[in-house]
Amino acid sequence: MGRVEGKVAFITGAARGQGRSHALRLAQEGADIIAIDIAEPVAGMDRYYHGATAEDLAETVRQIEALDRRIVAKKADVRDFGALKAALDEGVAELGHVDIVSANAGVFAFGEQSQDVSDAEWDMVNDINAKGVWHTAKAVIPHLIAQGTGGSIILTSSTAGLKGTPNVMPYTASKHAVVGIMRTLALELAPHSIRVNTVHPTGVGTDMILNEATFKLFLPDVEHPTKEQAAPIFASTNALPVPWVEPVDISNAVLFLASDEARYITGTELKIDAGYTIK
Amino acid sequence: MGRVEGKVAFITGAARGQGRSHALRLAQEGADIIAVDLADHIPNIDYPSSTPEDLAETVRQVEALDRRIIATKVDVRDRAALKAAVDDGVAQLGKLDIVVANAGICVIADWKGTSEDVWNQTIGTNLTGIWNTLQTTAQHLIDNGGGSIIMTSSAAGIKGLPFLSAYVAAKHGVVGLMRAYATELAEYNVRVNTIHPTGVNTPMGTLGGGAFGPLLEAHPKLGGMLANLLPIEITEPVDQSNAVLFLASDESRYVTSLELTVDAGNTQF
Repeated sequence: MGRVEGKVAFITGAARGQGRSHALRLAQEGADIIAIDIAEPVAGMDRYYHGATAEDLAETVRQIEALDRRIVAKKADVRDFGALKAALDEGVAELGHVDIVSANAGVFAFGEQSQDVSDAEWDMVNDINAKGVWHTAKAVIPHLIAQGTGGSIILTSSTAGLKGTPNVMPYTASKHAVVGIMRTLALELAPHSIRVNTVHPTGVGTDMILNEATFKLFLPDVEHPTKEQAAPIFASTNALPVPWVEPVDISNAVLFLASDEARYITGTELKIDAGYTIK
Repeated sequence: MGRVEGKVAFITGAARGQGRSHALRLAQEGADIIAVDLADHIPNIDYPSSTPEDLAETVRQVEALDRRIIATKVDVRDRAALKAAVDDGVAQLGKLDIVVANAGICVIADWKGTSEDVWNQTIGTNLTGIWNTLQTTAQHLIDNGGGSIIMTSSAAGIKGLPFLSAYVAAKHGVVGLMRAYATELAEYNVRVNTIHPTGVNTPMGTLGGGAFGPLLEAHPKLGGMLANLLPIEITEPVDQSNAVLFLASDESRYVTSLELTVDAGNTQF
Protein backbone atom coordinates (compact mmCIF):
# COMPACT_ATOMS: atom_id res chain seq x y z
CA MET A 1 0.00 0.00 0.00
CA GLY A 2 1.44 3.35 -1.04
CA ARG A 3 1.94 6.12 1.47
CA VAL A 4 -0.53 8.40 -0.36
CA GLU A 5 -2.60 5.62 -1.97
CA GLY A 6 -5.83 6.86 -3.55
CA LYS A 7 -5.11 10.54 -3.03
CA VAL A 8 -5.03 13.15 -5.80
CA ALA A 9 -2.26 15.76 -5.88
CA PHE A 10 -2.35 19.12 -7.65
CA ILE A 11 1.17 20.25 -8.59
CA THR A 12 2.22 23.53 -10.22
CA GLY A 13 5.42 23.79 -12.23
CA ALA A 14 5.25 20.07 -12.93
CA ALA A 15 6.90 19.95 -16.37
CA ARG A 16 10.38 19.25 -15.02
CA GLY A 17 12.72 19.76 -12.05
CA GLN A 18 11.27 19.57 -8.56
CA GLY A 19 7.67 19.64 -9.81
CA ARG A 20 8.11 16.57 -11.98
CA SER A 21 9.99 14.83 -9.19
CA HIS A 22 7.14 15.55 -6.74
CA ALA A 23 4.63 14.17 -9.24
CA LEU A 24 6.64 10.99 -9.71
CA ARG A 25 7.35 10.43 -6.02
CA LEU A 26 3.69 10.91 -5.09
CA ALA A 27 2.57 8.69 -7.99
CA GLN A 28 5.04 5.98 -6.91
CA GLU A 29 3.23 6.02 -3.56
CA GLY A 30 -0.22 5.72 -5.12
CA ALA A 31 -1.43 9.24 -5.93
CA ASP A 32 -3.04 10.47 -9.14
CA ILE A 33 -1.81 13.83 -10.40
CA ILE A 34 -3.21 17.11 -11.68
CA ALA A 35 -0.23 18.89 -13.24
CA ILE A 36 0.12 22.38 -14.61
CA ASP A 37 3.06 24.26 -16.01
CA ILE A 38 3.50 27.40 -18.08
CA ALA A 39 5.53 25.19 -20.44
CA GLU A 40 6.74 28.10 -22.50
CA PRO A 41 9.36 30.84 -22.16
CA VAL A 42 8.73 33.37 -19.36
CA ALA A 43 9.27 36.95 -20.49
CA GLY A 44 12.29 38.35 -18.66
CA MET A 45 13.79 34.99 -17.72
CA ASP A 46 15.76 34.13 -20.85
CA ARG A 47 18.84 35.97 -19.58
CA TYR A 48 18.99 33.49 -16.67
CA TYR A 49 17.92 30.04 -17.87
CA HIS A 50 15.52 28.47 -20.34
CA GLY A 51 11.95 27.78 -19.31
CA ALA A 52 10.18 24.44 -19.38
CA THR A 53 8.60 23.32 -22.65
CA ALA A 54 5.44 21.54 -23.75
CA GLU A 55 7.67 18.50 -24.43
CA ASP A 56 8.85 18.57 -20.80
CA LEU A 57 5.25 18.49 -19.59
CA ALA A 58 4.47 15.65 -21.99
CA GLU A 59 7.45 13.75 -20.54
CA THR A 60 6.04 14.15 -17.02
CA VAL A 61 2.76 12.70 -18.30
CA ARG A 62 4.60 9.78 -19.91
CA GLN A 63 6.51 8.99 -16.72
CA ILE A 64 3.42 9.12 -14.52
CA GLU A 65 1.45 6.90 -16.88
CA ALA A 66 4.39 4.46 -16.89
CA LEU A 67 3.70 4.10 -13.14
CA ASP A 68 0.08 3.18 -13.95
CA ARG A 69 -1.28 6.30 -12.31
CA ARG A 70 -3.63 8.80 -13.89
CA ILE A 71 -2.55 12.35 -14.71
CA VAL A 72 -4.38 15.39 -16.04
CA ALA A 73 -1.81 17.87 -17.36
CA LYS A 74 -2.59 21.37 -18.60
CA LYS A 75 -0.58 24.30 -19.80
CA ALA A 76 -1.36 27.15 -17.41
CA ASP A 77 0.44 30.16 -16.00
CA VAL A 78 0.06 30.56 -12.20
CA ARG A 79 -0.23 34.32 -12.76
CA ASP A 80 -3.47 33.74 -14.70
CA PHE A 81 -6.03 32.80 -12.03
CA GLY A 82 -8.73 32.00 -14.59
CA ALA A 83 -6.56 29.54 -16.48
CA LEU A 84 -5.21 28.01 -13.24
CA LYS A 85 -8.70 27.50 -11.83
CA ALA A 86 -10.02 26.05 -15.10
CA ALA A 87 -7.16 23.54 -15.25
CA LEU A 88 -7.65 22.51 -11.63
CA ASP A 89 -11.43 22.24 -11.93
CA GLU A 90 -11.07 20.07 -15.00
CA GLY A 91 -8.60 17.83 -13.19
CA VAL A 92 -10.85 17.48 -10.17
CA ALA A 93 -13.83 16.69 -12.41
CA GLU A 94 -11.83 13.95 -14.10
CA LEU A 95 -10.08 12.46 -11.06
CA GLY A 96 -12.91 12.98 -8.57
CA HIS A 97 -11.22 14.94 -5.80
CA VAL A 98 -8.05 16.73 -4.71
CA ASP A 99 -6.24 16.05 -1.42
CA ILE A 100 -2.69 17.30 -1.79
CA VAL A 101 -1.44 20.60 -3.18
CA SER A 102 2.17 21.33 -4.09
CA ALA A 103 2.54 25.02 -4.98
CA ASN A 104 5.93 24.57 -6.56
CA ALA A 105 6.06 26.80 -9.66
CA GLY A 106 8.71 29.46 -9.34
CA VAL A 107 11.49 31.38 -11.03
CA PHE A 108 14.93 32.38 -9.80
CA ALA A 109 16.22 35.77 -10.96
CA PHE A 110 19.37 37.17 -9.47
CA GLY A 111 22.58 39.10 -9.82
CA GLU A 112 21.74 42.72 -9.18
CA GLN A 113 21.96 44.84 -6.07
CA SER A 114 18.53 45.83 -4.87
CA GLN A 115 18.74 49.45 -6.05
CA ASP A 116 19.35 48.24 -9.61
CA VAL A 117 16.43 45.82 -9.86
CA SER A 118 13.83 46.91 -12.40
CA ASP A 119 10.13 47.11 -11.63
CA ALA A 120 9.52 44.61 -14.41
CA GLU A 121 11.79 42.06 -12.76
CA TRP A 122 10.28 42.60 -9.29
CA ASP A 123 6.79 42.14 -10.75
CA MET A 124 7.72 39.07 -12.77
CA VAL A 125 9.35 37.28 -9.82
CA ASN A 126 6.76 38.20 -7.23
CA ASP A 127 3.82 37.58 -9.56
CA ILE A 128 5.01 34.03 -10.16
CA ASN A 129 6.56 33.09 -6.79
CA ALA A 130 4.19 34.81 -4.38
CA LYS A 131 0.98 35.75 -6.19
CA GLY A 132 1.11 32.43 -8.07
CA VAL A 133 1.17 30.58 -4.74
CA TRP A 134 -1.79 32.61 -3.51
CA HIS A 135 -3.66 31.89 -6.75
CA THR A 136 -2.96 28.18 -6.31
CA ALA A 137 -4.34 28.23 -2.79
CA LYS A 138 -7.31 30.39 -3.79
CA ALA A 139 -8.27 27.95 -6.55
CA VAL A 140 -7.95 24.79 -4.46
CA ILE A 141 -9.26 25.80 -1.03
CA PRO A 142 -12.96 25.75 -2.07
CA HIS A 143 -12.51 22.15 -3.30
CA LEU A 144 -10.81 21.06 -0.07
CA ILE A 145 -13.43 22.69 2.15
CA ALA A 146 -16.34 21.34 0.10
CA GLN A 147 -14.92 17.80 0.21
CA GLY A 148 -14.78 17.93 4.00
CA THR A 149 -11.96 15.41 4.17
CA GLY A 150 -9.12 17.71 5.14
CA GLY A 151 -6.06 18.06 2.98
CA SER A 152 -2.40 18.98 2.87
CA ILE A 153 -1.07 22.11 1.17
CA ILE A 154 2.70 22.30 0.71
CA LEU A 155 4.17 25.60 -0.45
CA THR A 156 7.68 25.70 -1.88
CA SER A 157 9.63 28.48 -0.21
CA SER A 158 13.44 28.41 -0.03
CA THR A 159 16.38 29.01 2.26
CA ALA A 160 15.83 32.52 0.87
CA GLY A 161 12.46 32.42 2.64
CA LEU A 162 14.27 32.19 5.99
CA LYS A 163 17.30 34.44 5.61
CA GLY A 164 18.61 37.18 3.36
CA THR A 165 20.47 36.51 0.15
CA PRO A 166 22.59 39.33 -1.28
CA ASN A 167 21.84 40.33 -4.88
CA VAL A 168 18.72 38.13 -4.95
CA MET A 169 16.20 40.56 -3.51
CA PRO A 170 12.94 40.02 -5.45
CA TYR A 171 13.30 36.24 -5.07
CA THR A 172 14.14 36.53 -1.37
CA ALA A 173 11.15 38.82 -0.81
CA SER A 174 8.86 36.46 -2.73
CA LYS A 175 9.99 33.40 -0.77
CA HIS A 176 9.51 35.19 2.57
CA ALA A 177 6.01 36.09 1.36
CA VAL A 178 5.32 32.39 0.87
CA VAL A 179 5.95 31.87 4.60
CA GLY A 180 3.43 34.60 5.40
CA ILE A 181 0.87 32.97 3.13
CA MET A 182 1.49 29.61 4.81
CA ARG A 183 1.13 30.95 8.35
CA THR A 184 -2.13 32.71 7.54
CA LEU A 185 -3.61 29.76 5.67
CA ALA A 186 -2.60 27.38 8.49
CA LEU A 187 -4.70 29.45 10.90
CA GLU A 188 -7.67 29.87 8.56
CA LEU A 189 -7.85 26.26 7.38
CA ALA A 190 -7.12 24.32 10.59
CA PRO A 191 -10.83 24.09 11.53
CA HIS A 192 -11.29 22.13 8.27
CA SER A 193 -8.36 19.81 9.11
CA ILE A 194 -6.49 21.26 6.16
CA ARG A 195 -2.79 21.44 6.94
CA VAL A 196 -0.48 24.03 5.42
CA ASN A 197 3.31 23.83 5.53
CA THR A 198 6.35 25.12 3.63
CA VAL A 199 9.45 23.36 2.33
CA HIS A 200 12.74 25.28 2.23
CA PRO A 201 15.28 23.77 -0.16
CA THR A 202 18.90 24.81 -0.47
CA GLY A 203 20.18 24.65 -4.04
CA VAL A 204 18.60 21.74 -5.90
CA GLY A 205 20.36 20.12 -8.84
CA THR A 206 17.92 21.25 -11.56
CA ASP A 207 18.12 23.55 -14.58
CA MET A 208 17.23 26.45 -12.27
CA ILE A 209 20.69 26.48 -10.68
CA LEU A 210 22.80 24.22 -12.90
CA ASN A 211 23.30 26.87 -15.57
CA GLU A 212 26.12 29.16 -16.57
CA ALA A 213 24.35 32.31 -15.38
CA THR A 214 24.06 30.93 -11.83
CA PHE A 215 27.64 29.64 -11.90
CA LYS A 216 28.75 33.16 -12.82
CA LEU A 217 26.99 34.49 -9.71
CA PHE A 218 29.56 32.49 -7.73
CA LEU A 219 32.46 32.80 -10.20
CA PRO A 220 32.13 36.29 -11.69
CA ASP A 221 35.70 36.29 -13.02
CA VAL A 222 35.47 33.04 -14.97
CA GLU A 223 34.26 33.48 -18.56
CA HIS A 224 32.41 30.16 -18.92
CA PRO A 225 32.28 28.56 -15.47
CA THR A 226 31.42 24.84 -15.38
CA LYS A 227 29.41 22.71 -12.99
CA GLU A 228 32.67 21.16 -11.76
CA GLN A 229 34.16 24.58 -11.01
CA ALA A 230 30.99 25.74 -9.28
CA ALA A 231 30.46 22.64 -7.11
CA PRO A 232 33.01 23.45 -4.37
CA ILE A 233 31.62 26.96 -4.06
CA PHE A 234 28.06 25.67 -3.78
CA ALA A 235 29.34 23.18 -1.18
CA SER A 236 30.85 26.00 0.87
CA THR A 237 27.34 27.43 1.40
CA ASN A 238 26.05 24.22 3.02
CA ALA A 239 27.03 22.81 6.41
CA LEU A 240 26.72 19.22 5.25
CA PRO A 241 29.46 18.25 2.79
CA VAL A 242 27.34 18.41 -0.39
CA PRO A 243 27.13 21.06 -3.18
CA TRP A 244 23.39 20.80 -3.80
CA VAL A 245 20.60 18.36 -3.03
CA GLU A 246 18.62 16.30 -5.53
CA PRO A 247 14.97 16.89 -6.50
CA VAL A 248 13.99 13.61 -4.79
CA ASP A 249 15.21 14.97 -1.45
CA ILE A 250 12.61 17.72 -1.65
CA SER A 251 10.03 15.24 -2.94
CA ASN A 252 10.57 12.97 0.07
CA ALA A 253 9.77 15.90 2.35
CA VAL A 254 6.72 16.77 0.26
CA LEU A 255 5.62 13.13 0.40
CA PHE A 256 5.95 13.06 4.19
CA LEU A 257 3.92 16.26 4.58
CA ALA A 258 1.35 15.05 2.02
CA SER A 259 0.82 11.70 3.73
CA ASP A 260 -1.27 10.91 6.78
CA GLU A 261 1.99 10.29 8.63
CA ALA A 262 2.04 14.08 9.06
CA ARG A 263 -1.67 14.36 9.89
CA TYR A 264 -1.03 16.69 12.84
CA ILE A 265 1.73 18.80 11.30
CA THR A 266 0.65 22.28 10.27
CA GLY A 267 2.37 25.65 10.21
CA THR A 268 5.83 24.11 10.01
CA GLU A 269 8.77 25.33 7.96
CA LEU A 270 10.51 22.17 6.82
CA LYS A 271 14.07 22.92 5.74
CA ILE A 272 15.84 20.56 3.34
CA ASP A 273 18.86 22.77 3.22
CA ALA A 274 21.94 20.70 4.10
CA GLY A 275 22.48 23.18 6.91
CA TYR A 276 22.57 26.25 4.60
CA THR A 277 20.63 28.37 7.09
CA ILE A 278 22.87 27.56 10.08
CA LYS A 279 25.98 28.90 8.37
CA MET B 1 12.63 -2.98 2.07
CA GLY B 2 12.08 -0.98 5.24
CA ARG B 3 12.70 2.74 5.37
CA VAL B 4 15.52 2.31 7.94
CA GLU B 5 16.50 -1.25 6.97
CA GLY B 6 19.73 -2.42 8.55
CA LYS B 7 20.19 0.64 10.75
CA VAL B 8 20.69 0.60 14.53
CA ALA B 9 18.81 3.09 16.72
CA PHE B 10 19.56 4.10 20.31
CA ILE B 11 16.45 5.32 22.15
CA THR B 12 16.18 6.76 25.66
CA GLY B 13 12.97 6.52 27.67
CA ALA B 14 11.99 3.47 25.65
CA ALA B 15 9.99 1.54 28.27
CA ARG B 16 6.65 2.94 27.15
CA GLY B 17 4.91 5.98 25.63
CA GLN B 18 6.65 7.80 22.81
CA GLY B 19 9.95 5.97 23.36
CA ARG B 20 8.40 2.54 22.94
CA SER B 21 6.43 3.77 19.94
CA HIS B 22 9.65 5.07 18.32
CA ALA B 23 11.32 1.71 18.93
CA LEU B 24 8.43 -0.17 17.34
CA ARG B 25 8.03 2.18 14.36
CA LEU B 26 11.75 2.05 13.58
CA ALA B 27 11.83 -1.74 14.08
CA GLN B 28 8.82 -2.13 11.74
CA GLU B 29 10.92 -0.38 9.11
CA GLY B 30 13.93 -2.61 9.63
CA ALA B 31 16.03 -1.14 12.46
CA ASP B 32 17.57 -2.91 15.44
CA ILE B 33 17.22 -1.14 18.77
CA ILE B 34 19.36 -0.20 21.75
CA ALA B 35 16.89 0.87 24.44
CA VAL B 36 17.37 2.46 27.85
CA ASP B 37 14.90 3.62 30.47
CA LEU B 38 15.04 4.58 34.12
CA ALA B 39 12.25 2.07 34.75
CA ASP B 40 12.07 3.11 38.36
CA HIS B 41 10.25 5.43 40.72
CA ILE B 42 10.40 9.17 39.89
CA PRO B 43 9.56 11.58 42.71
CA ASN B 44 7.30 14.64 42.33
CA ILE B 45 5.50 13.60 39.11
CA ASP B 46 1.72 13.16 39.16
CA TYR B 47 1.60 10.19 36.77
CA PRO B 48 2.91 6.64 37.28
CA SER B 49 6.61 5.97 36.69
CA SER B 50 7.67 3.40 34.10
CA THR B 51 8.64 -0.04 35.36
CA PRO B 52 11.03 -2.87 34.47
CA GLU B 53 7.91 -4.71 33.22
CA ASP B 54 7.24 -1.85 30.78
CA LEU B 55 10.79 -2.10 29.44
CA ALA B 56 10.44 -5.88 29.14
CA GLU B 57 7.23 -5.35 27.16
CA THR B 58 9.09 -3.09 24.70
CA VAL B 59 11.66 -5.87 24.28
CA ARG B 60 8.90 -8.39 23.66
CA GLN B 61 7.18 -6.21 21.05
CA VAL B 62 10.38 -5.42 19.15
CA GLU B 63 11.39 -9.10 19.16
CA ALA B 64 7.93 -10.00 17.88
CA LEU B 65 8.86 -7.95 14.79
CA ASP B 66 11.95 -10.17 14.37
CA ARG B 67 14.31 -7.34 15.12
CA ARG B 68 17.08 -7.37 17.71
CA ILE B 69 16.96 -5.23 20.85
CA ILE B 70 19.38 -4.65 23.73
CA ALA B 71 17.57 -3.05 26.66
CA THR B 72 19.18 -1.67 29.81
CA LYS B 73 17.85 0.04 32.92
CA VAL B 74 19.65 3.41 32.98
CA ASP B 75 19.07 6.92 34.32
CA VAL B 76 20.06 9.44 31.60
CA ARG B 77 21.45 11.63 34.38
CA ASP B 78 24.10 8.98 35.08
CA ARG B 79 26.70 9.58 32.34
CA ALA B 80 28.83 6.53 33.18
CA ALA B 81 25.91 4.11 33.20
CA LEU B 82 24.56 5.62 29.98
CA LYS B 83 27.93 5.30 28.27
CA ALA B 84 28.22 1.68 29.35
CA ALA B 85 24.77 0.90 27.91
CA VAL B 86 25.52 2.67 24.61
CA ASP B 87 28.95 1.05 24.22
CA ASP B 88 27.57 -2.38 25.07
CA GLY B 89 24.68 -2.00 22.62
CA VAL B 90 26.99 -0.84 19.83
CA ALA B 91 29.38 -3.72 20.55
CA GLN B 92 26.53 -6.21 20.30
CA LEU B 93 24.70 -4.73 17.29
CA GLY B 94 27.82 -3.62 15.44
CA LYS B 95 27.28 0.12 14.92
CA LEU B 96 25.04 3.10 15.55
CA ASP B 97 23.07 5.11 12.94
CA ILE B 98 20.17 6.76 14.77
CA VAL B 99 19.88 8.40 18.20
CA VAL B 100 16.51 9.34 19.65
CA ALA B 101 16.98 11.41 22.82
CA ASN B 102 13.45 11.03 24.10
CA ALA B 103 13.58 10.50 27.88
CA GLY B 104 11.84 13.25 29.77
CA ILE B 105 9.61 14.15 32.69
CA CYS B 106 6.99 16.81 33.27
CA VAL B 107 6.06 18.45 36.56
CA ILE B 108 3.24 20.99 36.64
CA ALA B 109 3.53 23.87 39.08
CA ASP B 110 3.25 27.63 39.02
CA TRP B 111 6.43 29.66 39.35
CA LYS B 112 6.05 30.02 43.07
CA GLY B 113 5.37 26.34 43.56
CA THR B 114 8.39 25.18 41.54
CA SER B 115 10.87 23.83 44.08
CA GLU B 116 14.61 23.62 43.64
CA ASP B 117 14.16 19.86 43.64
CA VAL B 118 11.76 19.99 40.70
CA TRP B 119 14.02 22.41 38.83
CA ASN B 120 17.11 20.22 39.28
CA GLN B 121 15.24 17.05 38.45
CA THR B 122 13.65 18.52 35.29
CA ILE B 123 16.82 20.17 33.98
CA GLY B 124 18.79 17.05 34.96
CA THR B 125 16.63 14.67 32.98
CA ASN B 126 15.24 16.78 30.13
CA LEU B 127 18.34 18.83 29.33
CA THR B 128 21.48 17.36 30.93
CA GLY B 129 20.13 13.89 30.12
CA ILE B 130 20.00 14.83 26.45
CA TRP B 131 23.48 16.32 26.63
CA ASN B 132 24.70 13.07 28.20
CA THR B 133 23.03 11.18 25.36
CA LEU B 134 24.82 13.32 22.77
CA GLN B 135 28.18 13.03 24.52
CA THR B 136 27.98 9.24 24.70
CA THR B 137 26.69 8.62 21.15
CA ALA B 138 28.11 11.27 18.79
CA GLN B 139 31.52 9.59 18.38
CA HIS B 140 29.82 6.31 17.45
CA LEU B 141 27.91 8.12 14.68
CA ILE B 142 31.09 9.78 13.44
CA ASP B 143 32.86 6.40 13.45
CA ASN B 144 29.93 5.08 11.41
CA GLY B 145 30.47 7.71 8.71
CA GLY B 146 27.30 9.65 9.52
CA GLY B 147 23.98 9.39 11.28
CA SER B 148 20.85 11.09 12.51
CA ILE B 149 20.21 12.48 15.99
CA ILE B 150 16.63 13.33 16.90
CA MET B 151 15.94 15.10 20.18
CA THR B 152 12.51 15.38 21.69
CA SER B 153 11.80 18.98 22.53
CA SER B 154 8.19 20.20 22.77
CA ALA B 155 5.83 22.94 21.71
CA ALA B 156 7.18 24.29 25.01
CA GLY B 157 10.60 24.43 23.36
CA ILE B 158 9.33 27.06 20.93
CA LYS B 159 6.91 29.12 22.99
CA GLY B 160 6.26 29.65 26.67
CA LEU B 161 3.55 27.59 28.36
CA PRO B 162 2.20 28.40 31.80
CA PHE B 163 2.91 26.38 34.95
CA LEU B 164 5.81 24.46 33.39
CA SER B 165 8.72 26.87 33.88
CA ALA B 166 11.43 24.23 34.46
CA TYR B 167 10.06 22.12 31.61
CA VAL B 168 9.87 25.10 29.25
CA ALA B 169 13.45 26.11 30.14
CA ALA B 170 14.76 22.58 29.59
CA LYS B 171 12.91 22.15 26.28
CA HIS B 172 14.19 25.49 24.97
CA GLY B 173 17.65 24.34 26.07
CA VAL B 174 17.26 21.25 23.90
CA VAL B 175 16.84 23.51 20.85
CA GLY B 176 20.09 25.24 21.78
CA LEU B 177 21.87 21.89 22.04
CA MET B 178 20.43 20.84 18.69
CA ARG B 179 21.58 24.00 16.95
CA ALA B 180 25.07 23.79 18.45
CA TYR B 181 25.63 20.11 17.67
CA ALA B 182 24.18 20.52 14.15
CA THR B 183 26.95 22.99 13.32
CA GLU B 184 29.78 20.87 14.72
CA LEU B 185 28.64 17.49 13.44
CA ALA B 186 27.61 18.49 9.90
CA GLU B 187 31.10 17.92 8.50
CA TYR B 188 30.81 14.28 9.63
CA ASN B 189 27.45 13.81 7.89
CA VAL B 190 25.74 13.63 11.26
CA ARG B 191 22.37 15.40 11.15
CA VAL B 192 20.80 16.84 14.30
CA ASN B 193 17.12 17.82 14.53
CA THR B 194 14.37 18.29 17.10
CA ILE B 195 10.73 17.29 17.17
CA HIS B 196 8.20 19.45 18.98
CA PRO B 197 5.12 17.51 20.09
CA THR B 198 1.95 18.97 21.48
CA GLY B 199 0.12 16.72 23.97
CA VAL B 200 0.59 13.00 23.31
CA ASN B 201 -1.63 10.13 24.37
CA THR B 202 0.81 8.51 26.85
CA PRO B 203 0.84 8.04 30.64
CA MET B 204 2.71 11.38 30.98
CA GLY B 205 0.34 13.08 28.57
CA THR B 206 -2.93 11.79 29.98
CA LEU B 207 -2.59 10.47 33.55
CA GLY B 208 -0.83 13.61 34.72
CA GLY B 209 -2.02 17.13 34.20
CA GLY B 210 -4.49 17.22 37.09
CA ALA B 211 -2.59 20.11 38.60
CA PHE B 212 -3.47 22.25 35.57
CA GLY B 213 -7.16 22.36 36.63
CA PRO B 214 -7.01 24.71 39.63
CA LEU B 215 -4.17 26.76 38.13
CA LEU B 216 -6.11 27.42 34.92
CA GLU B 217 -9.25 28.16 36.89
CA ALA B 218 -7.31 30.82 38.75
CA HIS B 219 -5.74 32.14 35.52
CA PRO B 220 -8.33 31.48 32.78
CA LYS B 221 -6.69 33.77 30.25
CA LEU B 222 -3.79 31.32 29.91
CA GLY B 223 -5.87 28.26 29.04
CA GLY B 224 -5.86 28.99 25.32
CA MET B 225 -2.09 28.61 25.20
CA LEU B 226 -2.45 24.86 25.65
CA ALA B 227 -5.02 24.47 22.86
CA ASN B 228 -4.36 22.86 19.49
CA LEU B 229 -5.12 24.68 16.26
CA LEU B 230 -6.28 21.54 14.44
CA PRO B 231 -9.56 20.20 15.79
CA ILE B 232 -8.04 17.42 17.93
CA GLU B 233 -7.47 17.03 21.66
CA ILE B 234 -4.27 15.02 21.55
CA THR B 235 -1.86 13.33 19.15
CA GLU B 236 -0.97 9.64 19.24
CA PRO B 237 2.57 8.38 19.92
CA VAL B 238 2.76 7.06 16.34
CA ASP B 239 2.36 10.60 14.99
CA GLN B 240 5.57 11.56 16.78
CA SER B 241 7.20 8.30 15.67
CA ASN B 242 6.40 8.96 12.01
CA ALA B 243 8.26 12.26 12.28
CA VAL B 244 11.17 10.50 14.01
CA LEU B 245 11.16 7.86 11.25
CA PHE B 246 11.30 10.53 8.53
CA LEU B 247 14.22 12.26 10.25
CA ALA B 248 15.97 8.94 10.94
CA SER B 249 15.69 7.69 7.36
CA ASP B 250 17.78 8.62 4.33
CA GLU B 251 14.67 10.37 2.96
CA SER B 252 15.85 13.32 5.05
CA ARG B 253 19.56 12.88 4.30
CA TYR B 254 20.05 16.63 3.81
CA VAL B 255 17.81 17.84 6.66
CA THR B 256 19.68 19.20 9.66
CA SER B 257 19.07 21.81 12.39
CA LEU B 258 15.33 21.57 11.81
CA GLU B 259 12.69 22.15 14.45
CA LEU B 260 9.95 19.82 13.24
CA THR B 261 6.68 20.70 14.93
CA VAL B 262 4.24 17.82 15.35
CA ASP B 263 1.99 20.00 17.38
CA ALA B 264 -1.39 20.26 15.63
CA GLY B 265 -0.55 23.94 15.20
CA ASN B 266 -0.20 24.64 18.94
CA THR B 267 2.76 26.99 18.36
CA GLN B 268 0.94 28.93 15.64
CA PHE B 269 -1.18 30.87 18.09
